[in-house]
Amino acid sequence: MIKIVDLYKSFGQKYVLRGVNLNIERGESMVVIGGSGSGKSVLMKHIIGLVKPDRGNVMVDGRDISRIDEKGLYETRKKFGMLFQGAALFDSMKVWENVSFVLMRERKISSEEARKIAIQKLKMVGLDGVQDLMPSELSGGMKKRVGLARAIAHEPEILLYDEPTTGLDPIMADAINDLIIQMNKRLSVTSVTITHDMHSAYKIADRIAMLYSGKIIETGAPDEVKNTENPVVRQFITGSAVGPITGAPMLMQ
Amino acid sequence: MKFIELIGRYIIRFTGELGNVLILLWYTVKQTLVPPYEIKSVLKQIIEIGIKSLPVVLITAVFTGMVMALQTYTGFKRFNAESMVGFAVALSITRELGPVLTGIIVAGRAGAAMAAELGTMRVTEQIDALETLATSPVKYLIVPRFIAGLAALPALAVVTDIVGIMGGYTVTVGFFGASSATYWKKTWDFIELEDIYFGLVKAGFFGACIALISCYKGFYSEGGAEGVGKATTGAVVISSMTILISDYFLSAWMFR
Ligand SMILES: Nc1ncnc2c1ncn2[C@@H]1O[C@H](COP(=O)(O)OP(=O)(O)OP(=O)(O)O)[C@@H](O)[C@H]1O
Ligand SMILES: [Mg+2]
Repeated sequence: MIKIVDLYKSFGQKYVLRGVNLNIERGESMVVIGGSGSGKSVLMKHIIGLVKPDRGNVMVDGRDISRIDEKGLYETRKKFGMLFQGAALFDSMKVWENVSFVLMRERKISSEEARKIAIQKLKMVGLDGVQDLMPSELSGGMKKRVGLARAIAHEPEILLYDEPTTGLDPIMADAINDLIIQMNKRLSVTSVTITHDMHSAYKIADRIAMLYSGKIIETGAPDEVKNTENPVVRQFITGSAVGPITGAPMLMQ
Repeated sequence: MKFIELIGRYIIRFTGELGNVLILLWYTVKQTLVPPYEIKSVLKQIIEIGIKSLPVVLITAVFTGMVMALQTYTGFKRFNAESMVGFAVALSITRELGPVLTGIIVAGRAGAAMAAELGTMRVTEQIDALETLATSPVKYLIVPRFIAGLAALPALAVVTDIVGIMGGYTVTVGFFGASSATYWKKTWDFIELEDIYFGLVKAGFFGACIALISCYKGFYSEGGAEGVGKATTGAVVISSMTILISDYFLSAWMFR
């Protein structure tokens, strides 16, 4: 369903992606892991066509999203829902207006109906009674969940979650994991999730891919990744400060 | 040598940015024509740009009219042309001061606000979020501001014209004790519809420039709070300069 072929991207002198290849099947839950600043968010923005690659393609349902015309791009984007790492809520709108933004714009439903749907989606992410607040009145974790509600509100086929559980308490994080699993199993959504939380990665992933020095260096089912031979992946998933990623022990004076 | 190099670099940057602004103009016009029309947003922006600028515009207009009358009266008195004060005030306000002063005020008020708002939306990824929700940010954010600027400025200029002339009248008749009948007669006799009409066209042009430049600056700002600050300053400075410079050329072309 999503096919990333030999993707290159640099910002000025900074080479972020250097030949990423990744296939994501329909209905699959793909988790992308990788160090901070390794380019996970940049990769995700390529998938939805927010960033144009220097080289390579991103095929979504057989169409190259970086090369289609504007109309086609917006058509394709209707299949997507995306949760931003920083939530990116519209701060001039109430919470419920954020959540039902697409519903009200595209589907021409009444605002009462849109509000009802928004409240229901907010319940799905564990939020109750916040619909009339402004985003600035929410905590970080609440913003994240409103962003999640906004991403799923129009029932997209493909969901992109950029660190959905960061900033949440462990119980809420697990509830969000369950929600992500449900979306995949019950609504047969295809999803890409970025996370640093290995517990959550093992739980929600059909497959895990690791991004390192601009490339995907390993993909596999959670069990395969857990027992990997690759020392870089090993260091990352065990969270050790000593290993091939860091070279020598960090923080040593 | 350094100096010439600097000028050269400026010209290159200026041409590049002008090109980008024109591309954005092209996009904006294209997006204006395709449905759905953002009528609610346009009204909201007209309130922001037009109605909320009204107090400042009113005060500026009345005092400008007054000081114009004061200066022309004392000046014209030297060659016994006091009777022409009304006309002089009306002419300068409808042709020049109305559109230009309104433009500068709106650039400072609404232009800064537009750049800051769009800039903040850019650096907090709200513009990217619009894109992911299959909504064109140009259509959703820039088109309403562009239309509102185009519509609100001439309306504000009409207000400036009326209030400015009233201000001039108050000083000439009330303060200097000139004849009220002469003031109006000379004004009506010599002022032409063209003076008012061209003034309003200029105002509309300035409104479009302010909206486009400010939105451009905000839309393409980068680098956090500092970037937004720079975009805002840039929007006000460039809009004001554009108004003052284009004013000369528009006037030279219109009032031949
Ligand atoms: N618009 C941009 N302009 C310049 N550099 C950028 C831009 N976006 C990202 N980068 C750079 O690309 C690199 C990767 O950024 P990215 O946000 O993808 O990291 P990440 O893997 O998501 O990290 P984290 O886990 O901390 O979120 C960073 O070094 C960043 O500085
Ligand atoms: Mg990131």
